[in-house]
Amino acid sequence: MNTLALLSGSLTLLGAIMVITRRVAVHAVLYLVVTLLALATVFALLGAPFAAVLEVIIYAGAIMVLFVFVIMMLNLGQPDREREKEWLRPRIWGGPALLSTILCAELIYSLSTLPQQTDSFSPLSARDVGLSLFGPYVLMVELVSFLLLAGLVTAFHIGRHRMENR
Amino acid sequence: MPPTTFNAVLLLSSFLFTIGLTGVLIRRNLLFMLMALDIMLNAAALLFVAAGAHWHDATGQVMFLMILALAAAETAVGLAIILALHARGRPSLDADTGNLLRG
Amino acid sequence: MSYLLPLLVFLPLASALFLFTTAGKISAQTVGFVAASAIGLSALCSIVLAGAFLTSAPSTPLQITLWEWMHTQEFSADIAFALDPISLLMILVVTIVGFLIHLYAIRYMEEEPGIARFFGCMTLFVSAMLVLVLSSDLLCLFIGWEGVGICSYLLIGFWYENPRNTAAARKAFYMTRIGDAAMLCGLLILATSTGSLQTHTVLTALGAGTIAPQTLTAAALFLLVGGLAKSAQIPFQTWLPDAMAGPTPTSALIHAATMVTAGIYLIARLHLLFAAVPLVMMLTAIIGALTILMAACTALVQTDLKRILAWSTISQLGYMFLALGTGIWQAAVFHLMTHAFFKALLFLTAGAIIARLHHEQDIFRMGGLYRSMPGLTAAFLAGAAALAGLPLVTSGFYSKEMILSSIWSAHFPLAPLFLPLAHILWGMALAGAFLTALYISRCVFIVFFGPSRTAASGSTPRLMAIPLACLSFLSLFGGVIEMPDTLAPIHLFTRFLSSPFPHAEEPVWLVLTGGSVPIAGIVIAWILWGRATPVMQEIPGQSTIIRMAKEGWGADALYDFLFVQPFRFLVWLTRHDILDYLILGIGRMTRAISTFFETARTRSLTLFSGKTILFLHEGDALLARFQNGRVRWYAAWIVAGLCAALVSGVVS
Repeated sequence: MNTLALLSGSLTLLGAIMVITRRVAVHAVLYLVVTLLALATVFALLGAPFAAVLEVIIYAGAIMVLFVFVIMMLNLGQPDREREKEWLRPRIWGGPALLSTILCAELIYSLSTLPQQTDSFSPLSARDVGLSLFGPYVLMVELVSFLLLAGLVTAFHIGRHRMENR
Repeated sequence: MPPTTFNAVLLLSSFLFTIGLTGVLIRRNLLFMLMALDIMLNAAALLFVAAGAHWHDATGQVMFLMILALAAAETAVGLAIILALHARGRPSLDADTGNLLRG
Repeated sequence: MSYLLPLLVFLPLASALFLFTTAGKISAQTVGFVAASAIGLSALCSIVLAGAFLTSAPSTPLQITLWEWMHTQEFSADIAFALDPISLLMILVVTIVGFLIHLYAIRYMEEEPGIARFFGCMTLFVSAMLVLVLSSDLLCLFIGWEGVGICSYLLIGFWYENPRNTAAARKAFYMTRIGDAAMLCGLLILATSTGSLQTHTVLTALGAGTIAPQTLTAAALFLLVGGLAKSAQIPFQTWLPDAMAGPTPTSALIHAATMVTAGIYLIARLHLLFAAVPLVMMLTAIIGALTILMAACTALVQTDLKRILAWSTISQLGYMFLALGTGIWQAAVFHLMTHAFFKALLFLTAGAIIARLHHEQDIFRMGGLYRSMPGLTAAFLAGAAALAGLPLVTSGFYSKEMILSSIWSAHFPLAPLFLPLAHILWGMALAGAFLTALYISRCVFIVFFGPSRTAASGSTPRLMAIPLACLSFLSLFGGVIEMPDTLAPIHLFTRFLSSPFPHAEEPVWLVLTGGSVPIAGIVIAWILWGRATPVMQEIPGQSTIIRMAKEGWGADALYDFLFVQPFRFLVWLTRHDILDYLILGIGRMTRAISTFFETARTRSLTLFSGKTILFLHEGDALLARFQNGRVRWYAAWIVAGLCAALVSGVVS
């Protein structure tokens, strides 16, 4: 059990690191899928099977398909790979990486001040989530639907604009 | 020893967040920045789920759902913008030239 | 029988959807036919419902819940309709008057290119109005309330090519929006204190006394503001005259007969709530009385035919508010009904006259029209007589008489003892009745008698004449269902509303006064404008007070100065990025000063100022580097700030 947790956690981190260092977009997307699947395992270990399933279906499924489609439409090739290589010089990523390292160190430091606690994660079923979702958070569901609608309209608008300009 | 502890998950989440942040900062390609943003959102989602499991409250997973919807909307709009930029003759998708589009 | 209730609402709605989706694809005649038949079927439904309601046992309101809108622990709201006497009366008025106006509009709007849009909005308006009057839930009522507001906006700005029309539409929308926001506040206050906006739940909670008095006062006050804005009372009166920019059937349907009475309906619906707050009641009555006088005086000096009618609408609505404020909501609803008949008639007749005079709206350029259009003259005379309240033969007389005679004996608990507020209000209402007769007779004498000034053309089509005839009949005889005791003890109307109406002792002299004042007004108007050599051709001398009255007592200018200009100034500030200017200006100024020093002072000072320039330059460049529009730099700065915040959080 512990091994599985360690494995999935480290796989998540490894995948994420690979995502941000790849030069070819499709490779990065594949690594992102790996990251998300590993993260879904972590969710399942945390006693959230519903979240895990959603992560696989929606994130690793639907949203990643969007990415793949867009990459297909962009029609990237060898020059893009060369350019990415040029953009990924140590001189360029040195500063931001330092900044992130400082932030990470600070986060770890502040986490270490928390008390160590052991707890077992008992599973929360989809039923609990549903009851909570359509009970006290029903207004939030409405708001999220508004958000999705707004996203839809925006994406449509931007896309249509592009058609007309052609 | 339990399989995972809350602190370990917090640690994982902050690592993930930092990696995503680094991705946003170092990549100039908008596509990669969008992916890194998704990683950051996932880190936040992990935190919510872990907190929900820690206090045994379904609210954490409700918030996870909200983040999922947010990520979907963000990705859709972001990719639409990328496509629009690409079609307007900026095939490099360079984030650093976005400032020339003022007004 | 209950299925008729949703059908009543959905028929106009379906026709509106049909008209909007098929706009431009079907002929003008079909458009008009579809719209008029939808409203006609609705009218038929409401007549059937009325028949069923009258024959069934009383006090059984028809209740139907279509959908549970939201349901949480502390609050629930439904889409629910209920039919009780008030709403039954309202749907009868809305659908029947609406049907006649649609019938009229088929020919009137025939030539318009946007006829599908027009009829779509009109039917949408009717359905929204029906939702407003039928819903048993105040939140659902609010949907209808907003719906009529948006339809009014769309129809006022129907001829949107002219910026004046869109400005008028915007004005109406903003003014009513203030009231809508206030009404929403009132509804939320009620919702938080009772947990539901069902009308009967609210009224039950009121009866049980579970609402704190302050809450009640606040809620009633907010709801009153909402009603005032919708019904164009002081201080919201400015939008209604401008709303005449829309097509005439719109003015007749929305801005005279139905929508503006939504405020009256709301207060009549919640009359128990308002009755529990004497302060708000008194305020309502005073505002109503002031509006009567103000609007009547303004109508007296207008020269635009439609504007005269618009101001008279405001004044008549003032009567209804006065009646509501004195607690006789039955009289207010009665006057609402008769007013809907005769004001729709007046507007439609005015529209027909204007159409035949080649869109001439100035009454001083008309004259002698009774020779060329006798039918329209008769219709207008019927409407005008009803508006003036000519005794015995018109409906307006009975409703106005009911209000006047009840005010005399009204009682205001909060008014100071030495002040006979009821009698003062009665006097104001009586003066208003006199002025009403005066201005409408002025209008009649100038427009229809005297020398003719404009040649009329064409003739009124039959399809337009039929609605006018029906409305004339209703305005003349629609009032006989309720009479003062002194004439005949007929009380069909108040008995229909099935609530014990306190029939106060009506002395004979009270009825006599109420009847003789309109006659006096007409006689004086005849002396002033009617005789062969009129005393006054036009109001002599454009003195300041007349000019002010013509412009609606300067309320527009005042609001422009108080609200619009500051807002525009703010917009200007934001638009010109004043902060940027400020920084740039300061930089330039400092530079200029430094340059001045440079030339004027000794060498050391030159050096110093040179350094200053350099420093400012560098600072400028540094700031410019921060604001470079590169998203990654922004992100990096966010991260740096986060680091700093974490450090300070961890260290402290």
